[in-house]
Amino acid sequence: MELLEQIWTQRFFLAAVILFCIGAFTLFFHPNLIKKIIGFDLMDGAIYLMLTSVGYVRGGAAPIVTDFSQSVSAAGYVNPIPSGLVLTGIVVSVSVTAFALALVVRIYKRYHTVYLDVIMAGMKKGAD
Amino acid sequence: MATAFYHHIPFLTILVLMLTGVLTSLVHNGRLAMRLNQGAVTLSLAATLFLLWQVWSSDERFLYQLGIVGHPYGNELACGVLEALLAAVFLAVMLCCVLGGAREIREDVQKEKQNLYFIMCDLIMASILAMIYTNDAFTAYVFIEINTISACALVMAKDTGPTLVATIRYLVMSLLGSGLFLMGLTFLYSITGHLLMPDLRLAVQALSQSGQYTLPLVICMGMMTTGLLLKSALFPFHSWLPDAHGSATTTSSAILSGLVLKGYLLLLVKVMLSVFGLDVYVKYHVSDVLLVVGVLAMVICSLQAIRETHLKRIIAYSTAAQMGYVCLGFGLGTLAGIAAGVYQMLVHAVTKSLLFLSAGELSEHSGHRKQMYYLRGAGYRAPLAGVGFTAGALSMVGLPLLGGFAVKFYLLESSLTGSWQLPVVLLSLAVSSVLNALYYLPMVLQIWTPVKEGEQFPAYETKPTPRSFRLAALLLLAGCLALGICCAETGQTLLRGLELML
Repeated sequence: MELLEQIWTQRFFLAAVILFCIGAFTLFFHPNLIKKIIGFDLMDGAIYLMLTSVGYVRGGAAPIVTDFSQSVSAAGYVNPIPSGLVLTGIVVSVSVTAFALALVVRIYKRYHTVYLDVIMAGMKKGAD
Repeated sequence: MATAFYHHIPFLTILVLMLTGVLTSLVHNGRLAMRLNQGAVTLSLAATLFLLWQVWSSDERFLYQLGIVGHPYGNELACGVLEALLAAVFLAVMLCCVLGGAREIREDVQKEKQNLYFIMCDLIMASILAMIYTNDAFTAYVFIEINTISACALVMAKDTGPTLVATIRYLVMSLLGSGLFLMGLTFLYSITGHLLMPDLRLAVQALSQSGQYTLPLVICMGMMTTGLLLKSALFPFHSWLPDAHGSATTTSSAILSGLVLKGYLLLLVKVMLSVFGLDVYVKYHVSDVLLVVGVLAMVICSLQAIRETHLKRIIAYSTAAQMGYVCLGFGLGTLAGIAAGVYQMLVHAVTKSLLFLSAGELSEHSGHRKQMYYLRGAGYRAPLAGVGFTAGALSMVGLPLLGGFAVKFYLLESSLTGSWQLPVVLLSLAVSSVLNALYYLPMVLQIWTPVKEGEQFPAYETKPTPRSFRLAALLLLAGCLALGICCAETGQTLLRGLELML
């Protein structure tokens, strides 16, 4: 019972780790270049899930203070720093994805396939 | 502490290079773009030399805060002797790489896209400087990604099939590496709540002393270290490197081998010293893993280089082997060991770019062929490139008076304090020196073996060596000699810089 409870409190963390592993394996081992890029996005998405859950405060408001007349307690607000990091990270991963997809288009135009193993086999044959 | 003018220099050099990149996108002229790049790099180099003089004479390491928010939340740059010295050497190497490969860029890159090539050079230099100076772990991640994209673009600039495939393999490895780094950083943030390196270090020290969160801490260390090792092409993650460095245009190969890998390794130094602290690294035996990886890289990549016959791929495998030396130094787990590793980074940046530029020039004088067989007598057709190649090769083998010897000397000296490390380092240095000689000396002999008259050998047209290449090769040769001769001063400066980082 205690174990289940622990799993429940750490559910975002566990989901992030599982997603990260799936993404990393797809990125590394899948021969299809498009799926490799999907794997990369999954991997980054997992990291953002974890970052967001780190900074989330249950029932907390968005960290925008409008009324300066009273003193404000930080406990009522969601931590803004992880959200800022996630935004930065999303910008980075969007540009990397765009770059990778453009590269795959180039490769497809030249080799007429998106399977890396087929391309590598073709290159070996050409070298002999 | 009052802010003197030179405190702004780290930030300004990064900004100038970034802005030059943006500005260059408006310039549709390859030659002008190159001049802009060289101007910005020269300006930054002059400023950085001034900075180096200032921090060296005042023996300080200053923090430069960005933004109006104070210490625990803001973003910071930090600069001491080590950072300034590395930045100066890397800027000089960048200048030489662009100068030396200028002709091949004009031949290999499509004319209307040449300005884009120099944008990537600007961005790479800016991101390497940012990685050198930053004191914030997340900023380091952002610049890692900028560096990745621009490095990949440099590989694919020569628009042929093999370079495209090499780029995608490089990209996959790099993305995995930066993903691991970011995941490790996220774990670390979730257990410490900090991103600035000094605060992270205090929190990690407290955790390590109290024995809390030991497993997560080791996982963080492992993930961040593995991510950076992946990106700096250490054995067993080096399979992409010969393709990427061997098939790209000369300047790209020189920049990638000489500079890009070093940025990540320097970040590893920062992770070791400023984020986790050296004692934590040694306590959980992560440094021992680094040592073993370094030894394996030194031996196995050299063996692979011996089997290769393609000129640039041999040099690329040798890069992977040389990164093993850096890792070996880091793995000793002492400041002297890390100083030896950083020394190797400096020497390798200068020597490897000299080798790649000379190799490009030699193959240019051999009808663009890069198989070793066709390079016979190339030293007589392009004497300066031949001399540069020979000097670089001898430095890699470890001839005294050249940079490579100083590195081996410092590695040995710093391993004397170790227990089981000493025989391992002695043996691996001896073996790898022999292996280096086994593939570098035949290349040197081949380029200085004259083609006999009446022999069946392709006749090559003779062409003049461009003046820009001569300048770059002479500068790099001088740098290689200077690092070998002034080794005591450089070694002390590096050690002092590392002490300031603690």
